[in-house]
Amino acid sequence: MNEELQPAVTALKERFDARAEEFRGQTTLFLPSDQIVEACQTLHDDFGFDFLEVETAVDYWPKQNPRFHIVYQLYSIQKQLRIGLRVPISGQTPSLPSLTGLYANANWREREIWDMFGIHFEGHPDLRRILMPHDWEGHPLRKDYPLGYEEVQFSFNAEEIDQDKPYAKE
Amino acid sequence: MLDQREVSFNELRHLVSERAIEGETMLLNMGPQHPSTHGVLRLLLELDSEIVVNCFPDIGFLHTGIEKNMEVKSYEKAAVMTDRLDYLNNLGNNLVYCMAIEKLAELDVPPRAQAIRVILTELQRIASHLVWLGTHTLDLAAISVFWYTFREREMIIDINEMVSGQRMMTTFFRPGGLWRDVPVEFEDAVRQFISIFPKRIKEYEGMLSENPLFLERTKDIGILTSEDAINWGVTGPSLRAIGVPHDLRKIEPYSGYEQYEFDVPTHTDGDTYARYLVRMEEMRQALRIVQQALDNLPYGPVRSSNRKFVPPPRSELGTSMEAVIHHFKLWTEGFDMPEGSVYVAAESPRGVLGVFLESDGGPNPYRVHWRTPSFDNLQVLPVLAKGHLVADLVALIGTTDFVLGDIDR
Repeated sequence: MNEELQPAVTALKERFDARAEEFRGQTTLFLPSDQIVEACQTLHDDFGFDFLEVETAVDYWPKQNPRFHIVYQLYSIQKQLRIGLRVPISGQTPSLPSLTGLYANANWREREIWDMFGIHFEGHPDLRRILMPHDWEGHPLRKDYPLGYEEVQFSFNAEEIDQDKPYAKE
Repeated sequence: MLDQREVSFNELRHLVSERAIEGETMLLNMGPQHPSTHGVLRLLLELDSEIVVNCFPDIGFLHTGIEKNMEVKSYEKAAVMTDRLDYLNNLGNNLVYCMAIEKLAELDVPPRAQAIRVILTELQRIASHLVWLGTHTLDLAAISVFWYTFREREMIIDINEMVSGQRMMTTFFRPGGLWRDVPVEFEDAVRQFISIFPKRIKEYEGMLSENPLFLERTKDIGILTSEDAINWGVTGPSLRAIGVPHDLRKIEPYSGYEQYEFDVPTHTDGDTYARYLVRMEEMRQALRIVQQALDNLPYGPVRSSNRKFVPPPRSELGTSMEAVIHHFKLWTEGFDMPEGSVYVAAESPRGVLGVFLESDGGPNPYRVHWRTPSFDNLQVLPVLAKGHLVADLVALIGTTDFVLGDIDR
């Protein structure tokens, strides 16, 4: 682990139920969802992690508990350090506190997670769909959301497939 | 039709001020099809006469589901989609995606491949800045600059075509190196560009830097403080124009950037003119890097010889059974990746471009997330635009230099 990162990791382990993991030289801290805002506040105020670089989610369906991981990458412009955070949350009514009070750009990033994964952010000022149309049903990046595809037409089944195509027929 | 409008206004009702609901200010829709929004971006503007009170970007018109699509393709096939994200920085996207795979798989990249990657991404950076300069000044009603910048961009695009056969969607960088070595004419073409381009930058600066009309339109427009910029996640030239020398090529050098001498141009004003100066200087620095990389271009292989990830050359297939097996396996199923997740970032012309890559041990990426610089740089537009005239909003859209394909993914 990067030596400069050590104080932040130690402090978080002491104050919160954090567990550190190291992979390919990158440090990731696992945190429970109710502590994420305080933990980020600590990192922001005491250790200078003032830049939210990434906020996204990973879906581990069909596992239900925890089905999702919310992934954060915080960066310190001053110290040029990067730390990863992960928050496992359950698949039933997935919800966690919003970081918008701390990092302004969490606004759109959390809207994107809501849009793509259907994860609710408590305290978000404007939680609407961002990339998909406002009346879209479902959350496309979930693993149980099918990737639509077109069946290939061969000469033996061309007409059969053609019948199911949505375009107008004579 | 009426229903549709009702829905969209009610949806946005909580965002606009009280005055808009009482009808004192005007709500105006700009885009999604508007020449100065640089793609399909819709802006909902709340205007008090000509002054922007509020501005709400509405994105997603170019959403192509690339992150979802990549999950069902093998790692190497998914690389094709990375070009389509930021279509002015295709090679930069290839690079960061390959870097993520190389980090996760602990795959080596030969020095020649590294140097060619640097040359091509720096040329791409110049090409991207040239598009920015042309369209930005076009928005400010200086039409002729556009023709000059696109003339030089064409030279870079021709180099892309020479090495990869494609003008823009090259997919030239592959995990472990390059698709193939560059042709012999490559060096001459790049040297010709290096000899011509410094004069051309002077030409652009002669047209703009002291042009009173340009100064009037850009000085003191859209000033951002460094605290705000960092809080909003702004990166790239916009951040460097406020005096924060944040450039990943210097901070955490990748692809051998530590070997090259270059400066990170910064400015302190943080306005549209400062961003213009920073980008102009960046083009010069990019050229410096290209020159150095070309002068010290090492010889050798351009792809790793790790056969578990990189297909063998065609010549081996006739003599080695093992090569046939590797060839077959890599082109049908792809390679299995170690389980785990990495985050890799690089400096694109627009800022920090990152890839979060998670693998479940199979041949397809389990999750790919793109941290795209345009996404955050556009998000700050309402902050920049507040209190400016609509005409200045056009200048601000230009100076932000976002690419909608990068935002909507």
